[in-house]
Amino acid sequence: MGPIGWTWVLVAASFGLYAGIALYTRARSLADYYVADRAVHPVVSGMATGADWMSAASFMSMAGILAFTGRDGAAYLMGWTGGYVLLAVLLAPYLRKYGKYTVPQFVGDRYYSRSARAVATVCALVVSFTYVAAQVRGVGIVLARFLELPIGGGVALAIAIVFFYAVLGGMKGITYVQVAQYLVLIVAFLVPAVLVSQLLTGNPVPALGLGGRLTEGGAALLGVAPGRHLLDALDAIGSDLGLGRFTAGSRPRLDVLATTAALMIGTAGLPHIIIRFFTVPKIRDARASAGWALLFIAVLYTAAPAVAAFGRGLLVATVEGVPHAEAPSWFRAWERTGLVAWTDRNGDGVMQLSGDPSRNEVRVDGDVIVLAHPEMARLPAWVVGLVAAGALAAGLSTAAGLLLVIAAGFSHDLVRGVVAPRLSDRAELGWARGAAAAAALGAGYFALRPPGSVAEVVAIAFGLAASSFFPVLVLGIFWRRATREGAIAGMVAGLLVTSAYVVWFRHLHPELNGPEHWWLGISPEGIGALGTLVNAAVLTAVSLATPAPPREVQELVASLRYPREPAPARAAASSRAR
Amino acid sequence: MTQDKREDYWRANLRSIAGVLTIWAAASFGAGILFADRLDALRLFGFPLGFWFATQGAMLVFVALVFVYVGWMNALDRRFGVYEE
Repeated sequence: MGPIGWTWVLVAASFGLYAGIALYTRARSLADYYVADRAVHPVVSGMATGADWMSAASFMSMAGILAFTGRDGAAYLMGWTGGYVLLAVLLAPYLRKYGKYTVPQFVGDRYYSRSARAVATVCALVVSFTYVAAQVRGVGIVLARFLELPIGGGVALAIAIVFFYAVLGGMKGITYVQVAQYLVLIVAFLVPAVLVSQLLTGNPVPALGLGGRLTEGGAALLGVAPGRHLLDALDAIGSDLGLGRFTAGSRPRLDVLATTAALMIGTAGLPHIIIRFFTVPKIRDARASAGWALLFIAVLYTAAPAVAAFGRGLLVATVEGVPHAEAPSWFRAWERTGLVAWTDRNGDGVMQLSGDPSRNEVRVDGDVIVLAHPEMARLPAWVVGLVAAGALAAGLSTAAGLLLVIAAGFSHDLVRGVVAPRLSDRAELGWARGAAAAAALGAGYFALRPPGSVAEVVAIAFGLAASSFFPVLVLGIFWRRATREGAIAGMVAGLLVTSAYVVWFRHLHPELNGPEHWWLGISPEGIGALGTLVNAAVLTAVSLATPAPPREVQELVASLRYPREPAPARAAASSRAR
Repeated sequence: MTQDKREDYWRANLRSIAGVLTIWAAASFGAGILFADRLDALRLFGFPLGFWFATQGAMLVFVALVFVYVGWMNALDRRFGVYEE
């Protein structure tokens, strides 16, 4: 059986598994739907959070970025994991203590203001919607390449699946399906990584193989002398072709710092991740659950740089100096999708790679590396199918978590929170399902007609999450004096700074989008870090200039600090509960 | 719990948060970015040390930090009688 046959078998088997779990665990009440009745074990919650977090971008794009940028790409590794430390110590336990359903609801109660809740809801909806469109697109690409469906058909199929279990199952269904999806995606990522690591370095652990020496067979595959360190061989190849050394950084340090910080803060500000910590039974479980999530994520993230290195070496070895007429089969298969392209600049019929854009003849999209490296190393066809199933699990699990945030934001925060407070639970559940369905269809539309590339859209979502939510949540928990006026002004200022910078360089003046024009040399990916500071500064200044929050709000803030509440503050907190 | 005790608990928590975030920043922004070039002069198990921190070490430090904080806070919760049974 070839790669396509294996892909059909493995994808169909994994989808059958998800559907079975979704049916068995579907939501029966509002608490089931939003927070899985707060009965999820922290290890299970951590694993589900891992799948929720690791999107098509983590699975496919991250190792690709690393393969092309070397150490500079580590901003994504550190950024997307470091955020969990912030979550564990600054947000998760306190928001779990608060004990409601959504992030905008917390903002509304803490800042005693429906306007603040409305602003936060809009931020949550924008962030989640841009993100979900990217996931559906990623899933569509995989279906198109490996199942040879037209991309529209792939996207339609992706929507149908997500619709089925996110819209019907709610948080409870999603959580248990995500556990299965985590297992599928981690096996799919590690199996080829282990096989390639064994092949190249003789060490089956990819994270260790990355530092190892090349075996004879591995050296022959990469076309270099055996016995050298893999990293040294990659650095030498990179220097020869003018691509830069793999282990060295070349971007300005301030920009790498800002980008890493923006990704960390953005991670901690993403509503679909924060609400995961609402699903565990106890406050201490919320802390532990952040630790488990990070551990499960690190299993993939520490293997990713190895996959990047293997992919980079194999890409050069199978393409550089090879006549196009003899191009390897993976190259031809991806050429059909348009993600890999060859332009014969010097007319010699041979493919040449170069760091100099005027001489480089081969363009390989970063998203291809993870999906194609099993074929580059000529691994068996079933491995190729497995990788496809894993990429689908990564995209679908994230899309489902995002749809839930959209559903909750719309029904709980907008309809019931602002427009029609007397709505019954049953009607609210109906609105939630309707909103999730509409969002799934809308995401499908944008996935087919994306406004800019997927990576661009995702980068904007991170910057917005960082500069809108993070300071408002953290100061709301740690600083009793933070006021309604401060929070609204802070969110609006942070959002404006970040989105203005991104829109200016990416959409209005793309020709100026380079380090020499950037403010302090900070790229649009890193500007979220600055937006966060602006938000925090405005929030602080405006809070000090406006009257202190009412007493019951200050008592609510004080009560968040203690997992078990001794007398007076408790009464105040529960009188505010609905 | 008296008012003083409540504040002691919160201050102890704030101190541990400060400790966690200091190590968090040192491992990532410090070893993985600012001092990575200098650390690259050292080699550990075949890895230039700065590159290792950026691609693996910082993440392993993060995982350890969160679990240490979890243990720390559970002990603190017990000591101050706010541990949830």
